[in-house]
Amino acid sequence: MKIQQLSLFVENKPGHLTAPALLLAREGVDIRALYLADTEQFGIVRLIVSDLQKAMELLQANGFVARITEVLAVEVPDRPGGLADVLGALDGSGLNIEYMYAFPYLCGGKAILIFRFNDPDAAIAQLQKAGVNVVAGDELLK
Amino acid sequence: MKTKAILESSASNCHPASVPDYLPLDDLRKLQLQRLRAVVERSWENVEHFRARMDERGLVPEDIRSLEDISKLSFTVKSDLRDTYPFGLFASPMKDVVRLHASSGTTGKPIVVAYTQEDIDVWTSVVVRCLAGSGLHRGDIIQVAYGYGLFTGGLGAHYGAEGLGATVVPTSGGNADRQIMLMKDFGVTAICCTPTYFLHLIDRAAELGVDFKELPLRAGVFGAEPWTDSMRRHIETHSGIEAFDIYGLSEIIGPGVGCECRRHQGLHIFEDHFYPEIIDPETGEPLPDGSEGELVLTTLSKQAMPMIRYRTRDITSLLTGRCDCGRTMRRIGRIGRRSDDMLIIRGVNVFPSQVETVLLQIEGTLPNYQIVLTREQGLDQMEVQVEVTPNMFNDKIGALQGLQSKIQAALDHVLGIRVHV
Repeated sequence: MKIQQLSLFVENKPGHLTAPALLLAREGVDIRALYLADTEQFGIVRLIVSDLQKAMELLQANGFVARITEVLAVEVPDRPGGLADVLGALDGSGLNIEYMYAFPYLCGGKAILIFRFNDPDAAIAQLQKAGVNVVAGDELLK
Repeated sequence: MKTKAILESSASNCHPASVPDYLPLDDLRKLQLQRLRAVVERSWENVEHFRARMDERGLVPEDIRSLEDISKLSFTVKSDLRDTYPFGLFASPMKDVVRLHASSGTTGKPIVVAYTQEDIDVWTSVVVRCLAGSGLHRGDIIQVAYGYGLFTGGLGAHYGAEGLGATVVPTSGGNADRQIMLMKDFGVTAICCTPTYFLHLIDRAAELGVDFKELPLRAGVFGAEPWTDSMRRHIETHSGIEAFDIYGLSEIIGPGVGCECRRHQGLHIFEDHFYPEIIDPETGEPLPDGSEGELVLTTLSKQAMPMIRYRTRDITSLLTGRCDCGRTMRRIGRIGRRSDDMLIIRGVNVFPSQVETVLLQIEGTLPNYQIVLTREQGLDQMEVQVEVTPNMFNDKIGALQGLQSKIQAALDHVLGIRVHV
């Protein structure tokens, strides 16, 4: 149920994003979704890629600092109010959303949001209880 | 008789404290030998560390029969002070110690120095001699902008300026706007601070529309960090004052070990109290006057914590020839560099090993790091760039920022100055 997301550390300087991008491109790794969080001095690039294992090995072998984080791909009705409904399902659960970003493609005709929860397992339980669909990795990357 | 003759022959307003500056060489050398034998005796009697060092060499105090015999004695180095923290090198009982000061050591613990009342009096007198040599006297209004506290700079300059009979304005460091306001409103005639801080004040004053050249300020006694002749010219051009280089170190006494006179041809070392040697830093062999090497100092009159052949790590030479001012005290060339890796940031001693210690404690393992030094608006800035290793990397922005803050806080605490991380 949980998606393996790759988190990459980059310095907030010109050209520091290009290098990893070229590296992945050269080896045929496809980026399916991307979210770049920034501070003044550094950023964390969060990637959902076509071949996680290959991407991790490539980046680490080339001196990049990367790790794997577990996130959830949540189906959201593609209409106004879709997000609000999903967030409503989390009300009162005590679950915290650390960050989220949109998945650029529809999956089975539905919109997908990537969520990072402080407790992914509890989040899965809570969402499914409310009838919200959590999409598995192989389904997502088809 | 001799004293009167000296007073009459030297410059018209010779402060009584400055009389020893002009001691005839024979008298000076006799005095130095007498005091050297006394300090060796005192240290041997009271300081276990020193006695052990002498025992290692099969020496007793009686073996010091001439000034040259000083080279028989072992050197003292900074780590000796660290290893005997806090009070292991004291030669006086604590009840006789009226003051403790501390400066940074290479690890977390500071270097501790101690003073009896007589030591304070000697310290005061040498700073008086520095200021008098700079042409200052009763009637001058002297602003002391060195930090007051454990650092010897503030209180050392303060006692000296007060001992001189001048009017002291004890501003300590920081708050440039207020420093400038007081300099203007009080009619300050001289300032004691680090040279880079004074440069900062000149710049800030210009922003505030204050021109130092129009104030009664006429002298600055600058120290606690090395500074060049081009910096001196810059200071003098932009402020209209005469700039003097003062030298000192806490281990020896604080500021006041030596100072430029109005000839600005080197710094006179008050060698009736601090016996100077120049050694080859590699071999430890004494070098003749005129040769460049590491400055070694022996305190001839300190009671609470005598220092025998302390290696300062400062590279300079003892100048030959007599200064035109008439002082017989030998001069050293201005200090340009050090023989260890100590940095001086805004007047504070900082060691790269302190940065390492902090990173080790926080991270557990030592990541690669770089220290980047710049000078912005006249003030030294230090930045520590820490490599993010896979271990340290966390997917949460907040966690990485938290780590950055934690390192920042720990470095501020250990180094005593604000650095960027």
